[in-house]
Amino acid sequence: MQIINYLTEMFEKTFIRDDRYKLFLDGFKNTLVIAIFATLIGVLIGLIVAVVKVWHKQYPKNVFLKILNIVAEVYTTIIRGTPVVVQLMIAYFIIFAFSDRAVLVGIIAFSFNSGAYVSEIIRAGINAVDKGQTEAGRSLGLSQFTTMKSIVLPQAFKNILPALGNEFIAILKETSVIGYLGVVDLTKAGEMVRSRTADAFFSLIFVAIVYLVLVLGLSALFKALERRLSKSDRS
Amino acid sequence: MIEVNGLYKSFDNKKMVLNGITETIQQGEKVVIIGPSGSGKSTFLRCLNLLETPTKGNILFKGVDITDSKTDINKLRQQMGMVFQHFNLFPHMTILKNIAFAPAKLGLQTKEEAEENARRLLGRIGLIDKIDSYPNQLSGGQKQRIAIVRALAMNPSVMLFDEPTSALDPEMVGEVLELMSELAQDGMTMVVVTHEMGFAKEVANRVIFMDEGVIVEQGTPDEIFNNPKNQRTQDFLAKVL
Repeated sequence: MQIINYLTEMFEKTFIRDDRYKLFLDGFKNTLVIAIFATLIGVLIGLIVAVVKVWHKQYPKNVFLKILNIVAEVYTTIIRGTPVVVQLMIAYFIIFAFSDRAVLVGIIAFSFNSGAYVSEIIRAGINAVDKGQTEAGRSLGLSQFTTMKSIVLPQAFKNILPALGNEFIAILKETSVIGYLGVVDLTKAGEMVRSRTADAFFSLIFVAIVYLVLVLGLSALFKALERRLSKSDRS
Repeated sequence: MIEVNGLYKSFDNKKMVLNGITETIQQGEKVVIIGPSGSGKSTFLRCLNLLETPTKGNILFKGVDITDSKTDINKLRQQMGMVFQHFNLFPHMTILKNIAFAPAKLGLQTKEEAEENARRLLGRIGLIDKIDSYPNQLSGGQKQRIAIVRALAMNPSVMLFDEPTSALDPEMVGEVLELMSELAQDGMTMVVVTHEMGFAKEVANRVIFMDEGVIVEQGTPDEIFNNPKNQRTQDFLAKVL
């Protein structure tokens, strides 16, 4: 009986009192918004960087690609060589010091962070597609761009789907450091409730469970996607 | 139709793979290129539609220099069909899409026209029931015939074949060669790199023997196979026939 009383009281303290569930809801919303946009923009950046690197290798004499490739190399080197928290703070306190829209800055910073990792995944995926596919596309008169977009990338994406899923899961969890900028995300909400209720167990375990459920959902989504895309493999 | 002038090709500035080739291919001709592996015959063929960039020399296709950087190579490639040793069908597309994608995408035909044309071509080679299959569900011979049809769907004025039967199981070679013979009878201009000497004898107007990056000898199938003049040609034919 005592335990039940205790649990009810803690539940009330953690979620109900002072409308604390709203804090969690806001945090949840921020975490989702940042993770979703960072993922989408990250894939876009990663795609561009990967294609630049691949094309530079195919056409080493093209000066325009050479310059773009240097930019891409510097970008991936810096991003992969520094911690994401440091990048986040540099973005907020230096690059975008004029703005206090921390969520937006967070999205930008996480996008560029993720783009560097995604670019390496996509590059590996493109390189794993048989060269004959590009040759077949080009020999039909398709442009370099169309061949990449319609012939190579769909095959590359199918192969890298598991790695991409991993990266998305990583981004989702990494957004938990956005609290450094004072943004109330899911983690920060848990932390705030913890300090107010003086009870770590309920708030933090709850936060952990929410992340876990999100990740499980994401994994299931990717598994379904993989199954759908593998229909051309059946023989 | 194709004029090759003083063609040289080396990879990474190493040994020359093509060592000065000058050759003309007339409209309607069926030219078969034979030679030992490493002789440069595939590289020569791949230079014709610029899958390989020549190190020196130029290639005129219908009077247009395709090695000129101002030439729109994509436009010219639409008129040069290519068939590869390893088929290179697009595994993520159905057979219908494999054939209809490029003509529709490039605006040569509407999507409906391209698909209608694909159906007609598939009917012609007896594979209409595979229209919704994916390449992985097909045998090697079927894949290669689809690859030929995919190139034909562009209405090319010349077809280039790069060892089209070398990756096939022996029992499937026949069906592919048969389709190629039909094409030849229809008057298609063809340049074929192959090890199938029987096909060369039957279909070719002209056989070119290449070795070490040059054309050693050429002539009618009868001249090359029954009366080769060059020692190297004789040695090669003694090994393969």
